[in-house]
Amino acid sequence: MSSRIFGSGIRRREDPRLITGSATYTHDIVLPGMVHAVMLRSSHAHARITRIDTEQAKAAPGVLAVYTGADIEGALQPMPCAWLLPDSDLKIAAYPCIASDVVRYTGDIVAVVVAEQPSQGYDALDLIEVDYEPLPSVTDPEAAAADGAPQLHADIEGNQAFHWTVAGGDADAAFAEAEASGVVIKERILQQRLIPNAMEPRGAVAQYSRATGELTLWNTTQNPHILRFLCSVVTGIPEDKLRVIAPEVGGGFGSKIAAYPADFVTVFCSKQLGRPVKWIETRSENYQATTHGRDHVQDVELAATKDGKITGLRCTVHAGMGAYLSTAAPGIPTILHGLMLSGCYTIPALKEDVYGVYTNGVPVEAYRGAGRPEATFMLERLIDMLAGELGMDPADVRRRNFIPKFDDGHKVITTLNYDSGDYPGALDKLLEHTGYAGLRAQQAAGPVNGKYLGLGLSSYVEICGLGPSQVAGAIGFQGGLWESAIVRFHPTGKVHVFIGASPHGQGEETTFAQIVASEIGVSSDDVKIFHGDTDATPMGWGTYGSRTTAVGGAALAVAVRKIRDKAKVLAAHLLEASVDDMEYEDGKFFVKGSPDKAKTIQDIALMANVAWDLPEGMEAGLEASTFYDPPNFVFPYGAHLAVVEVDTATGDVELKGYTALDDCGPQINPTIVEGQVHGGVVQGIGQALWEGAAYDDSGQLVTGSMLDYALPRADRLPPIDVISTVTRSPHHPLGVKGIGEAGTIASTAAVYNAVMDALKPLGVKRVDMPFTPERVWRAIQDAKGA
Amino acid sequence: MFAADFEYYRAGSVAEARELLAAHPGAKLLAGGHSLIPLLKLRLAAPAAVVDIGRIGELHGISNGGGALHIGALTTHAEIAASAAVNAGAEALAEAASQIGDPAVRNRGTIGGNVAHADPASDLPTVLAALGATFTVSGPDGERSLAAADFFQGMMATALGEHDILTAVNVPAAGSGSGSAYVKFSHPASRYAVVGAAAAVTGAGGTCAGASVAVGGATAVPVRCASVEAALAGRALSADAIAAAAAAAGSDFGDDLLGDVFASGEYRKAVAPVYVQRALTAAAERAG
Ligand SMILES: Cc1cc2nc3c(=O)[nH]c(=O)nc-3n(C[C@H](O)[C@H](O)[C@H](O)COP(=O)(O)OP(=O)(O)OC[C@H]3O[C@@H](n4cnc5c(N)ncnc54)[C@H](O)[C@@H]3O)c2cc1C
Repeated sequence: MSSRIFGSGIRRREDPRLITGSATYTHDIVLPGMVHAVMLRSSHAHARITRIDTEQAKAAPGVLAVYTGADIEGALQPMPCAWLLPDSDLKIAAYPCIASDVVRYTGDIVAVVVAEQPSQGYDALDLIEVDYEPLPSVTDPEAAAADGAPQLHADIEGNQAFHWTVAGGDADAAFAEAEASGVVIKERILQQRLIPNAMEPRGAVAQYSRATGELTLWNTTQNPHILRFLCSVVTGIPEDKLRVIAPEVGGGFGSKIAAYPADFVTVFCSKQLGRPVKWIETRSENYQATTHGRDHVQDVELAATKDGKITGLRCTVHAGMGAYLSTAAPGIPTILHGLMLSGCYTIPALKEDVYGVYTNGVPVEAYRGAGRPEATFMLERLIDMLAGELGMDPADVRRRNFIPKFDDGHKVITTLNYDSGDYPGALDKLLEHTGYAGLRAQQAAGPVNGKYLGLGLSSYVEICGLGPSQVAGAIGFQGGLWESAIVRFHPTGKVHVFIGASPHGQGEETTFAQIVASEIGVSSDDVKIFHGDTDATPMGWGTYGSRTTAVGGAALAVAVRKIRDKAKVLAAHLLEASVDDMEYEDGKFFVKGSPDKAKTIQDIALMANVAWDLPEGMEAGLEASTFYDPPNFVFPYGAHLAVVEVDTATGDVELKGYTALDDCGPQINPTIVEGQVHGGVVQGIGQALWEGAAYDDSGQLVTGSMLDYALPRADRLPPIDVISTVTRSPHHPLGVKGIGEAGTIASTAAVYNAVMDALKPLGVKRVDMPFTPERVWRAIQDAKGA
Repeated sequence: MFAADFEYYRAGSVAEARELLAAHPGAKLLAGGHSLIPLLKLRLAAPAAVVDIGRIGELHGISNGGGALHIGALTTHAEIAASAAVNAGAEALAEAASQIGDPAVRNRGTIGGNVAHADPASDLPTVLAALGATFTVSGPDGERSLAAADFFQGMMATALGEHDILTAVNVPAAGSGSGSAYVKFSHPASRYAVVGAAAAVTGAGGTCAGASVAVGGATAVPVRCASVEAALAGRALSADAIAAAAAAAGSDFGDDLLGDVFASGEYRKAVAPVYVQRALTAAAERAG
């Protein structure tokens, strides 16, 4: 059984509590004497606060306190940015927890009301008088970087947060040559702002004890240990007196990586009042003030020979950062984007300039894929355009440029060392599985009832399993990126695992148990996983960037192997044999050739814990801990195909089919892999077809609720066909890579390419995402007119 | 969010509801709550009192009499969609009701609340305009009956006065040789109609004896497309004739078009003929 638990699609142990409503989320935490904080958020995108009067609100029923920027002066430090991008002229604007002079986006906190009941808090919000002197605002990143744009921060010229570059080879020479004798493809791509939409909005419960000076903070975070540190920095409470608990967290997609002002304002309120304080954002507040994703304006150029060989890539990106730099924000459009620019291809020369720009929008952070979807999209789109220009099939252009199969390292132009991959093999399998040639033939037969068929490919490789701590330091990440685990056997043979990683919906309680079970032959049901409490678990750097199984899972496997080593020594002792003569199989230790006289891991756990008869020098107990610092990143990859039909009469796009081939190495639990692919693919489809956060000219969020912001819905999606290949990572203890973001990284480009492929016979060249029917319809009308 | 404080009253009968409305100026009626409660929670509405009519039995249910379907104001979208009588006598209405929002909305939302709210993106007003429905209103001066053209007066505005209660919607039942259909372009987020087209066709032997067409979503109140109706009357119900007639749909819209960040008024008008054509085609098929 144990040998088969790795790779078995057992059901997620998390699900019974999640789907029966019995899980405990932050909002479910109720403490004696608890009161409620409600934030007053700016209604202006950019304005000077000239007067603020809280007297009436303070006198309102149930209100305990109202605090403004003046009250937190000295008590709450500005929000820190924790990714100090080197060599980029990084300028970090002061990011106060409560704005006191200028507000810089609709959602900036202006005051907080603490009341006995949340409804009393909301009533009192209406009684706070704020006089604003409106200032000109700008939400488009390119416009914000232009001369004469409204300035957000007095000391930061041109709103430029940073200017980061990546280069390799001689890109300019490649372009000069292509201009002369090859082809150059140019495109402007808008990666619109997206709202992450975790099912659970954000929130915090802070309980400060005046008697001990200790604080417990329940928070909807993806990384409780990082939050503990940041909370200490902002609130001044020493780290050893701080306990951060991430209870059940209902999804994050990156939006729960950052620390947020509201969390620390809640802490401040608890400290001031000596009572537990809860703050839970509404969905509208989530849209307004929880980080968004993407927001790139990309100008891209691809140089190639006339037979479709890519010779160079050049791009300029204006990345909107929002009004302030969120915790990890500077690393997203740079390290996680620029270093992946060459994708699955051999590109001899490239150059990218990324300008991080302050805008009057909510801060932009990691959002599922974080930088990599934007890189994949760029390349995959331009390759399709190159194919169109040369009259080649897009699959053939990809084949011509793929890095050949490799299984132990391949250095690319951006300096990364990919671990293993077979990109041509993935594409070939996808094309065969989907009957690509047949679909092309069907397309060639022409439209049916005004409906045009389109096929879109996307080959991707992504970087995850972040990452070697030495690299983290070199790229300015203010922390390590290792993971740790403690594995403890009880006398009964049951296992407790304490892990620093912080799963929040992905299903790692199940896969971690499977790792333990497969490494040491216990039943996965006998393994309990503890996570998300800084007082109860060892240090971890959080769950994001598809790193939890890749790094935390590796830590766990290494810890269990340490236990296996100790168990082997004890078994040898008990069997009066030499350790060298011992064999291990499926939870049993035995002398070579005598498997019938085996000691089970449960026997060993008992004997180690009672310690009646241990070998000389062996400590009692059966427990191990590890700090696993990965030697390299892992690089999952794959190829996706989208099939769409465009109704030319209305511009409506229907996704007819979607096939995802992903290679994340050996799959611990294929059902969970499939679920991750489904969710990821659908989020990427959402960007192509439906989603987009829009600010109007005055900086008001016009897609402020689910009535306007269109999330993908099941009835507009086809069944998603999930297939795979398996390529081990050469450096990972289990050979595994990551799968959390793969779907999103690939699917936006696949769907975009499919729609443009459908529109090609109509002469349409470019449409901005999302493909709303009106945009598609207009593009068709414009092409007709042209 | 949390609604501002209000007083809550539950009425046991239409008469009691009217008394409560009279006693509490500015009070709002509450039926299924799927339009009113979101407004209260966003504090876009803050009435001092709410009169819940949701449990008044006499306002609930569908009956057939005098050549019409009488649909009580409190009948839910789900009940209408599932009703054999509606599916037989007013296919377009059942079709529209089955496409409203999602199951939760259809199980709570009522026909009365839907038309009284008069959201221009709602589905039912369009269908009721095409089917020639009448609206029974109980007011301080007794009961009166209004045609769709008089009932819907503007964006979120109807002929209902502050003390009026809509009690029933009456839909003439289609005879044999008639058919109706509703075709909708749903907003991908809200599911409301960006454009919704309703058509009813009487077509003995493949010739159009009469057609009525209404389009919603592009204008403040549903538009009856007289030009389409006229173009089709007396014609053979062929695909070409339907397409040619439908092409005129936009000409009945006037200049005040509704648009938003998702779809402009111009676009809604431009694609309306496509939906009208589809609705007419389906209705003609059902008629024949
Ligand atoms: C997520 C969502 C999606 C939706 N999608 C659609 C859609 O696709 N298409 C669509 O058409 N609608 C849609 N709706 C609206 C839905 O149909 C509502 O149910 C309907 O608009 C209101 O009906 P109700 O019974 O809930 O009314 P309520 O919310 O209770 O009342 C609405 C208004 O009508 C008044 N009122 C109610 N009953 C009467 C009466 N008998 N007499 C006088 N006044 C009365 C109330 O005072 C109030 O002003 C959606 C709603 C939601 C929440």
